[in-house]
Amino acid sequence: MSSLTQSDILHVGKLANLTFKKSELKTFKDQLSHVLNYFEELKKVNTDNVEPTSQTTGLENVSRSDEIDNVSVLSNEEATSGTEKIHNGAFVVPQVLDKEQ
Amino acid sequence: MKTPRTISELHDGLKNKEYSLVELLDGYFARIKAVNELNAFITVSSEYAYKKAQDWERVVKDNPKAFEEFPLLGVPIAMKDMYLTKGIRTTAGSRVLEDYVPVYSSTVFEKLEKAGAILVGKTNCDAWAHGASGENSDFGPTLNPWDKTRVPGGSSSGSAVSVATNTSFFAMGTDTGGSIRQPAGFCNVVGLKPTYGAVSRYGVVAMASSLDSMGHFAHTVEDTEKVFNITMGEDGKDATVKNSNLKVISSKLKIGLPKEYFTEGLDLEVKEKVMQAAKAFEKMGHSVSEVSLPYTKYAISVYYIVMPAEVGSNLGRYDGIRYGNDRSTFGAEARRRIMLGTYTLSSGYYDAYYLKAMKVRTLICKDFDTAFKKVDALITPSSPTPPFKIGEKVNNPLEMYLSDIYTVSANLAGICGLTLPSGFTKTGLPVGTQLLGPRFGENILFKLGKDFQNQTDYHTKLPPI
Repeated sequence: MSSLTQSDILHVGKLANLTFKKSELKTFKDQLSHVLNYFEELKKVNTDNVEPTSQTTGLENVSRSDEIDNVSVLSNEEATSGTEKIHNGAFVVPQVLDKEQ
Repeated sequence: MKTPRTISELHDGLKNKEYSLVELLDGYFARIKAVNELNAFITVSSEYAYKKAQDWERVVKDNPKAFEEFPLLGVPIAMKDMYLTKGIRTTAGSRVLEDYVPVYSSTVFEKLEKAGAILVGKTNCDAWAHGASGENSDFGPTLNPWDKTRVPGGSSSGSAVSVATNTSFFAMGTDTGGSIRQPAGFCNVVGLKPTYGAVSRYGVVAMASSLDSMGHFAHTVEDTEKVFNITMGEDGKDATVKNSNLKVISSKLKIGLPKEYFTEGLDLEVKEKVMQAAKAFEKMGHSVSEVSLPYTKYAISVYYIVMPAEVGSNLGRYDGIRYGNDRSTFGAEARRRIMLGTYTLSSGYYDAYYLKAMKVRTLICKDFDTAFKKVDALITPSSPTPPFKIGEKVNNPLEMYLSDIYTVSANLAGICGLTLPSGFTKTGLPVGTQLLGPRFGENILFKLGKDFQNQTDYHTKLPPI
């Protein structure tokens, strides 16, 4: 039985940069535990000597010539058109470094 | 004005001047207004559409061969709101992108535009395509036109409803675990999930990158094939897309009935309709025999480990810095899936969940490889039940996930699938039959689908709305 705790939810939430209301914690804990328990059935499958599948195309190392395609290159104005938080043509991001440290 | 049912009928009407392109669009926009309560559209693009109509009317006037050169000339289409459409808002059904206007278009939309299709609007869907009912849309649920108290299926809910109600001629959807085939069955329209790697995913909001497949809804298999011939093929932007010759086929085909799809949990009326469809194929001279896909029962577990892992990764890019709102605007289902994926990939759990799921995925793929050595296609239900009631499963995510039981395997194996309207329950709800074919076996599905539609009239039935 996999049973998540509320602190598991907070930990995974931190990894995924998600926040939860206090009232949601129990619901998420219960619902996700329920789903994880369902996965237990996979333990019954013998997968010794079975290679994992991550994709189904059979293609390997697809490459293209390293050329600039002017049709699909966005201008600076286009690339920054999705936000109003722009400074000198660049995105304004939250501060991650502190001067004092 | 009679609403045309096939692209050739639509073109005949335009060529014979029974209606102009503008009059044709008037009809579509009037219907969009009339069935507004179904909530099938998030954005209606009338300004864009009428401008395009004027452009194409000039082309028709100057070029006598216009209808041959542009196979979709004047065809009104809808796009699931997952496809980027330059200059037209694209939300993915989520508040995170409620004001997002893309600066480039998806490959599929560009190809359709070039072929002459005219966008009438962007359709409602479960946010980020997460769902089997349409109820996870941040813009409210879409209603089923056959019974407004029921769901239209999902996640490509609005696209299925818009074709069913003739508010678009055909509509694009996305299918990561059944999001085209299941709503097609719930709304009585044809739905195609192409082979993974047949149609470019470029410019479509990514859900699960090893599973996402770009397909569409239409009334007939004939038109479904026409549209596929335009959307398929390499574009140099999606490295998983390969130009591939479709299989050569004979006129009499072998169809397998996978016994694991007809066990407990399958609604009896749905079973009856699918068995009737199998009988109909036999009458046409195709053969039907039982086959076995023993790992079917593990598909839901594998899917709900692999998919959320990829979802968590793909939705990591939404930081609210470059475009869109911040991560606090994600709805409950998106957060559930990100959490599930982050957990199963996290340190200490990777081997038990993700690696194990990838190995069982191999066994599911092998099931299909073995079956397709014996038969050309498989016949199954597209959903275990007819359309269910709105609200019935919203508080139980696991039960909602099990709605995908007949469709997720095809995505895990990368094969193609087609849903055909196959009759109605006693209370008048549509039932869909799913055909599955091997990789790049679309023409097998088209051949069978066209044979079926020549012998049946289910696809001509319109909802009572």
